[in-house]
Amino acid sequence: MDLEFTPAERAFRAEVRDWLAANDPGPLPSMDTPEGFDLHRDWEARLCEARLSVVTWPEEHGGRGASLTEWLIFEEEYYRAGAPARVSQNGIFLLAPSLFEYGTAEQRARFLPPMARGEEIWAQGWSEPEAGSDLANVRSRAERGDGGWRLSGQKTWSSRATYGHWLFGLFRTDPDSSRHRGLTYFLVPLDAEGVTVRGIRQLDGEPGFAEVFLDDVFVPDSCVLGGVGEGWTVAMSTTGSERGLTLRSPGRFMAAADRLVGLARDAAPGESLREDVARAWMEADAYRLFTFQTLTRLESGEPIGPESSINKIFWSELDLRLHRTALRMLGPDGELPGNGWSDGFLFALAGPIYGGTNEIQRNIIAERVLGLPREPKGGKR
Amino acid sequence: MRFALTTEQRDFGAAVAALLEAVPEGDGRWARLAELGVPAVLVPEEHGGAGGDDVDLLAPLEEAGRAAAPEPIVEAAVAAGLLRGTDLAAEWLPRLAAGEAFIAVTEPGTPHAVHAARAGLLLTERDGAWFATSAFALAERPSIDPARGLSSVDAPDGVRLAEGPEAADRGAALTAAYLLGVGRQMIDMTVRYAGQRVQFGRAIGSYQAVKHQLADALVAVEFARPTVHRAAHSLAAAAPTASRDASAAKAMASDAALHAARVALQVHGAIGYTMEHDLHRWLRRAWSLAAAWGDADHHRRRVADLLLGAEGEPVRTP
Repeated sequence: MDLEFTPAERAFRAEVRDWLAANDPGPLPSMDTPEGFDLHRDWEARLCEARLSVVTWPEEHGGRGASLTEWLIFEEEYYRAGAPARVSQNGIFLLAPSLFEYGTAEQRARFLPPMARGEEIWAQGWSEPEAGSDLANVRSRAERGDGGWRLSGQKTWSSRATYGHWLFGLFRTDPDSSRHRGLTYFLVPLDAEGVTVRGIRQLDGEPGFAEVFLDDVFVPDSCVLGGVGEGWTVAMSTTGSERGLTLRSPGRFMAAADRLVGLARDAAPGESLREDVARAWMEADAYRLFTFQTLTRLESGEPIGPESSINKIFWSELDLRLHRTALRMLGPDGELPGNGWSDGFLFALAGPIYGGTNEIQRNIIAERVLGLPREPKGGKR
Repeated sequence: MRFALTTEQRDFGAAVAALLEAVPEGDGRWARLAELGVPAVLVPEEHGGAGGDDVDLLAPLEEAGRAAAPEPIVEAAVAAGLLRGTDLAAEWLPRLAAGEAFIAVTEPGTPHAVHAARAGLLLTERDGAWFATSAFALAERPSIDPARGLSSVDAPDGVRLAEGPEAADRGAALTAAYLLGVGRQMIDMTVRYAGQRVQFGRAIGSYQAVKHQLADALVAVEFARPTVHRAAHSLAAAAPTASRDASAAKAMASDAALHAARVALQVHGAIGYTMEHDLHRWLRRAWSLAAAWGDADHHRRRVADLLLGAEGEPVRTP
């Protein structure tokens, strides 16, 4: 057991800390407003100039080939500095791992650099009106056309689609297929003819996600990621990233837990709240340690499979408890926007829902980690 | 950064597990554990020990918890830690390492010690300082967990040993390691049962109401584990965060074991509520050890005191 950071890792931490101290623009308007969206993209461009927007990527695509440990260090420093939320998150954390695994050289060259610079913002196209937790019930379809595909259907709860540029998601390419078979992973330009986007206001009042209607939208073959009919496999690599390491790094929760300790030092709450503060801080710390454990396993060549569901339940619920504790400490000020915690609370409330609800994660843990009998599933198509 | 046990450390745990499975509980088993080197881990080499550290004990303790083994592995480690470098070391540590002598340790803030009837030496804490004596009186204390072998002890001060929180931190962190095994074993037993027990024509483990309870119990145990491992490392390295890390480990492992116990009993139903089924042995271990060496509330309060009483950004290990 070696819990030391190397001199190179410490130097990297210092570089990131210094750069953020000098360059952090401070609070920006919500990324889900027209003004805030552009300001967040400008910030991504500055991060990219410093080669800090996608540190783990190879240099040719805008990164610096950093290790996962360095990425975790970057994240710790990023959240510690209170730097802006990542408007490019869907692309850099969810799509990019799939592009690296399944994309062609041309696709990587086309899509990764503008993603790293924040020029092209990606939206998620998973859910449909009839396919939420039951993602395999996708009905949007793609029909073979001349030199490409014609897409029709409806996606919903598409994060960043309101102002974003591209969407990734699953479409049924085999009309006779059902469930996980016959699906293909597409990359869809949101400015294509036949695409209609209708923003949906979230609990914070801003259109952080949208409905996307596709009416006979043409995309070329170069917009298929992975093989035709292989969509489910490619999608699972993306959602695995989301639940696992890359979407919610410990840095976010560590920074919030440290802020909570600061709040408690000022507020001098009673015993029960003090214990809840300790609990929240310990849980954020435990999530960090769990992540280092995962990292060691990855570096030893062990695969990370359904265990990532354990992760998702833990971080989403700790985040919620942490923010609830802060609001309880604020008492009557808890309802006031701008108290430093309400936005985080609203965001934390979404955690147990997106990326596969926690109920779905519990099924995955029970069936695939613990080996309990599968539940008979009804209602095929 | 390499946050994992070594192959050697895992093999040590596997050897302990094999022994605990092959040899029934009883007086002879402690000597067999001593042959494997279990009480010798924290004893310095000059006194016939392994010169190891707390991290070496993580796998054996988790396996002992999985087996609900009553042997005083935690107490032996706490005693070795307290006697290292003292005038009593040369007399007692070789015999502790060889399994010939047993040294009892009171759990701080209580008159309780386990297996004290067999002990030749008693270590007790008073106001933050530890004392050793061979002249002590004891009275058996019935516990809800007979495996504890619990006594109430009364001792004069005796020889003064170390001061400071290290021994209590070690007792808490290593008990936490044992509780991981207790919790995980109850989950695994319950998964097996839920996969076999059929009601309404289906294994009860296929119902989400059962699945989700077991999944939550697993999340609690699996997230306690790295906290416990880090606490052992912090103790071994005498890290400035060692006390806070030990308390965090005990708080999370105690809660996780109690959570697993609650779910295990509920899913087993009436059969789990009997002495005919083995589950009660692990339930009792969870109930008693979640409270021993400080319960989750005690340790959370301590973490709160250490976090809120300090200034500046909280320091972390690593």
